[in-house]
Amino acid sequence: MAAVSTRNIVKKFGELAAVNGISLDVPNGEFMVLLGPSGCGKTTFLRIICGLEQQTSGDLLIGGDIVNDVPPRARGVAMMFQSYGLYPHFSVRHNIAFPLRTQRVPGAEINKKVAWAAQLLGIDHLLDRRPRQLSGGERQRVALARALVREPTALLLDEPLSNLDAKLRAFARQEIKQFQQRVGVTTIYVTHDQVEAMGMGDRIAVIDHGQVRQVGTPSEIYDNPADRFVAAFVGAPPMNIVARNGGYLGFRPENFLPKDMIKDAAFTEFKFRVDRSEYLGSERIVYGALEGFDPKQVITAKLPPAHVADEWIRPGEWHLFAVRNSALRHFDDDGKRRSRL
Amino acid sequence: MPRAVLTKMLRETPFYGAVAFFLVLAAFPFYWMVITSFKTNPDLYNVTHVPFWFNDPPTLEHFRYLFDKTLFTTWLLNSLIIGLCVTGITLVTAVPAGYSLARMTGRQGEALGIGIFLTYLVPPTLLFLPLSRVVAGLGLKNSMWSLVVIYPTFTIPFCTWLLMGFFKALPVEIEEAAIVDGCSLFGAFVKMAIPLSLPGILTVVIFTFTLTLQEFVYALTFISASDQKPITLGVATDLIRGDIFYWGEIMAGALIASIPVAIAYNLFLDRFISGITGGAVK
Repeated sequence: MAAVSTRNIVKKFGELAAVNGISLDVPNGEFMVLLGPSGCGKTTFLRIICGLEQQTSGDLLIGGDIVNDVPPRARGVAMMFQSYGLYPHFSVRHNIAFPLRTQRVPGAEINKKVAWAAQLLGIDHLLDRRPRQLSGGERQRVALARALVREPTALLLDEPLSNLDAKLRAFARQEIKQFQQRVGVTTIYVTHDQVEAMGMGDRIAVIDHGQVRQVGTPSEIYDNPADRFVAAFVGAPPMNIVARNGGYLGFRPENFLPKDMIKDAAFTEFKFRVDRSEYLGSERIVYGALEGFDPKQVITAKLPPAHVADEWIRPGEWHLFAVRNSALRHFDDDGKRRSRL
Repeated sequence: MPRAVLTKMLRETPFYGAVAFFLVLAAFPFYWMVITSFKTNPDLYNVTHVPFWFNDPPTLEHFRYLFDKTLFTTWLLNSLIIGLCVTGITLVTAVPAGYSLARMTGRQGEALGIGIFLTYLVPPTLLFLPLSRVVAGLGLKNSMWSLVVIYPTFTIPFCTWLLMGFFKALPVEIEEAAIVDGCSLFGAFVKMAIPLSLPGILTVVIFTFTLTLQEFVYALTFISASDQKPITLGVATDLIRGDIFYWGEIMAGALIASIPVAIAYNLFLDRFISGITGGAVK
């Protein structure tokens, strides 16, 4: 059974449709990531699920029941906000206990559950502190503990890592993911960061302009993007997409290789003019343009640095590059994926 | 003298000069009030005396007169009752109003907030005419309770506006988290917004109380019975008899009335400043 399920949810602010017909099923225990650029409606969609916004039309089901008119407190979902939204005037203990207190859970049980949640997240020693006395990572754990203490049907996370620095972010990402697997709680995670989405999600829903463009596992999204938007949005650097024969041809930078590196398969050849090359240690990113295509369109190639020496690839030079035919993706002129030609 | 010290002095002299100037400007009336209230009448009225300090030994005769021979304690008590009631009424209305304007109305709320603030700027000298009809209609003529009804007309607009800025400065996620965690909208307001904006609410309390304590025009218009007067009116009307000014008593009354305000401001000055400026700057 789906823990959270939406049917054609629409949310309009005046004329503008922030969410424009999203139907999505999130099965029990799944880690679902909503990925999209800022302003695509993913946060609005999340706020509709937890009840902070009311949809203009469409149905929302949580645990199998329609909850369109159920107030947030009765929906059985927990939300963790971008800025965590900890209660600054309460101690950590009181913060974690708050959702239970509002539900009038008996005191002894509250203590037991707070201890359970605190121990689960390793914050037992912080219980008597105030939020402002905690580091960013500790605050995140308190927010998680508060979200989990009442064992919600679904845990909603709204860009929880966006105000952490890069180093802490990688650590926090791993922590949230491990934690989710251990507890097994259904999770809906909103982010604009594709690294978070790829690394954490069981499945990813790519959202743009209030609509789901594709739902799938990270490898489906990456290897078989449903349309040009998904292809260009996921991946760093993004997929190269060039116009050809009234449609579009796409290939990932890591599949765009010097021709002599491809030996064992059918391939398509391109003449590639090198404009710039960046050595990043584990890889080399080469920027340039293709002969016979729009010369202003920047094409990127991601090369293993050991194979390509500095002196081999210099700005201004032309090289023969190629893509395995199996790695080419074809799109119609309206951007939808075409079955292989 | 070393050059560095000299340039420093030269640079700072105008600054401290300006500070000294404004200090004198601000403190002189208080000084004048304090020495006048402790001077004997012969000292006060002798034109050959230098007026800036005591020429005769100080005295408490004006304070004694104030408490024994006038209704000064009644006026004090009236002012206190009026102040407390008006502060209560203002809080009960301005806190929810400021919150609603800050959170629930979007852009119209902003315009409405400014509109509400503008009503604060309408002068009492213009409003006491229509308000006198209201007071008469309520049967509160010549009663201090008329002031309890009238004063909120200017305290509520200003305090609503002040609190609106305060609530806007609170991160909305805190209340939203409370709503998801099981509160109703009202619960989130009571459990999160109010405790977190206590500095603003305290500002409103001090501000309202001070405003009512210093108000004069409405009191003068609506009240003539001595035992109903608040302190501002009592001191000014009952201690000026014809063309005789009881200067010592007037100043003593003013001194006593200003002490609680001075204490309140000094205790909460920092909070007061953050209340006035809160929400103005991110």
